[in-house]
Amino acid sequence: MKKLLMSAAAAILALGAASASATAATKACWVYVGPIEDFGWTYQHHQGLEAVKAAYGDKVETAYVASVPEADSERAIERLARDGCNIIFTTSFGFMEPTLKVAQKYPDVKFEHATGYKTADNVTTFNAKFHEGRYVIGQIAAKVSKTGTAGYIASFPIPEVIAGINAFMLGAQSVNPDFKVKIVWANTWFDPGKEADAAKVLLSQGADVLSQHTDSAAPLQEAEKAGAVGFGQASDMIKFAPKAQLTAIVDNWAPYYVRRVGQVLDGTWKSQSSWDGMADGTVAMAPYTNLPEDVAKAAAETAEAIKTGKMHPFTGPITKQDGTVVGEAGKPLPDGDILGMNWYVKGIDDKLPQ
Amino acid sequence: MDSGVIFIILTAATPLLFAALGELVVERSGVLNLGVEGMMVMGAVSGFGAALYTGSPWLGLLAAIAAGMIMSLLFGVLTLTLVSNQVATGLALTLLGLGLSGQIGEAFVGQPGVKLPSIAGIDPLIPFAVVLTAAVSWFLFRTKWGLVVRAVGDSHASAHALGYDVIKVRYACVLFGGACSGIAGGYLSLVYTPQWIENMTSGRGWIALALVVFASWLPWRVLLGAYLFGTISILSFVVQTKGWGIPAQFLNSLPYLVTIAVLVIISGNRMMMRKNTPASLGRPFVPDR
Repeated sequence: MKKLLMSAAAAILALGAASASATAATKACWVYVGPIEDFGWTYQHHQGLEAVKAAYGDKVETAYVASVPEADSERAIERLARDGCNIIFTTSFGFMEPTLKVAQKYPDVKFEHATGYKTADNVTTFNAKFHEGRYVIGQIAAKVSKTGTAGYIASFPIPEVIAGINAFMLGAQSVNPDFKVKIVWANTWFDPGKEADAAKVLLSQGADVLSQHTDSAAPLQEAEKAGAVGFGQASDMIKFAPKAQLTAIVDNWAPYYVRRVGQVLDGTWKSQSSWDGMADGTVAMAPYTNLPEDVAKAAAETAEAIKTGKMHPFTGPITKQDGTVVGEAGKPLPDGDILGMNWYVKGIDDKLPQ
Repeated sequence: MDSGVIFIILTAATPLLFAALGELVVERSGVLNLGVEGMMVMGAVSGFGAALYTGSPWLGLLAAIAAGMIMSLLFGVLTLTLVSNQVATGLALTLLGLGLSGQIGEAFVGQPGVKLPSIAGIDPLIPFAVVLTAAVSWFLFRTKWGLVVRAVGDSHASAHALGYDVIKVRYACVLFGGACSGIAGGYLSLVYTPQWIENMTSGRGWIALALVVFASWLPWRVLLGAYLFGTISILSFVVQTKGWGIPAQFLNSLPYLVTIAVLVIISGNRMMMRKNTPASLGRPFVPDR
């Protein structure tokens, strides 16, 4: 009896994330770095999965693995490849090398890696121009800040994050050339407690507007509590901070996922590097709230100008932190320079972690 | 260091302190429960849900405690009554908690939570954690039953021979540990960051487990360790905002390095260490009938 009870209990404990797999349809699979309920980065990717389901119905089978640690992602990716996925989207920068490794072993499976820069015959990279949104919120920040200082919660010193900080700063400087930004590297994408700590520290150090490149709504909640303001990350977080959220940079992966899965279905899928932005609807701004009318209007105009290509956040010449100048006057920096950005613009006091 | 920063430190340290105090009592009774993270996260989701549906954060806190205790009861039944392997069961408890809380919490995502009100500007759980430290210390070293707990943890055979019910004592300690982990989890979703997100404990249960060992199973050292950890992690953020050019990765690893170094140094006395380590830690007890 004891034994029986024990094995029953062990079975209950071992309840894993088993997923049934059929064979008929094309199978599209996702590997997420966070939980689908993070209400930020991963949540938005999962919305894309739902859109694929809605678009193709029975023709496409979907599967995903969530909360995959970057250091241990190879197993998860390989399991999906073995399970008969035809296309696998890996949605975190740290999945880059593991994705390439697995892709070599499974040449018939198509891989799509988000935010990286290495491609292969069966590996595409895709990313969004979040820095376009960050330029807009930088402008807003400089207009609403009374202390002239913003707090910026950063995750890891990778090009995407650095470009985000630079775009934010360039946007702010276009309004107030002496604007200051205090940066805290939280060394995590997702840890609400730590993000809240960073927010509280920044607010106590004189920042009165917060921007974040981490995934939870905790920093906005802190801003709300302290009577400061901030911006939502990845999804519209207005519910968490009805008085504090000014706008949010919303990722919308659905059009891209639907398009790419469609190309797998009709056999036109090719390896590429895709980088969509506001013009494609992949990067969008949440409604402007808690703002004076003129600031909201100016922000909408900037966003529109970026969308139509009249304006580019990184328009030369740009002075780097070390004083050197890059970019041709009046011309945007080449994409490659932004995708590989490893320097700060002038005016940022932080030292870039190497 | 202004009062604002001190307050941030206390807020960050308190969940670690609760979880570690509970585990300390569990381990003092000779049981190793590696499921702290799982109990904590269940406390967080239950506390959040109960507060959301009843509108009362206090009921939320009670639900968090209850959830932690239910998880620990499961652990108790498996390891104490059915004598399964403590390490494996504890790890399974963590996995179960993380998975189950994600399921339960699906409906809570994206909902702002209810915050436990602060009294005179201070979250009441912060001073309560200090009171609990004192209480645990007093109980373990100044009461008869504290002596019994330690006896059970050091030599369950002797305690059994003296007529104490080893299993019952261990059940009580395991349940207390579950309650503390539950509070720690509830603290996260009701005070620290009033929201529910899957996995929101982010490894704090494991830090608490480490604190207990490095604090050589002494309650006040656990408090010291938790506060030290909180202090260094917050100060490393403050230093970053100063723009002094100290590498962020180094600053972010400091809390771990400094806390371990300090606790190892003060626990340097080998004799003291041996005296405080529960000799029967992790060893199952089967009473002969």
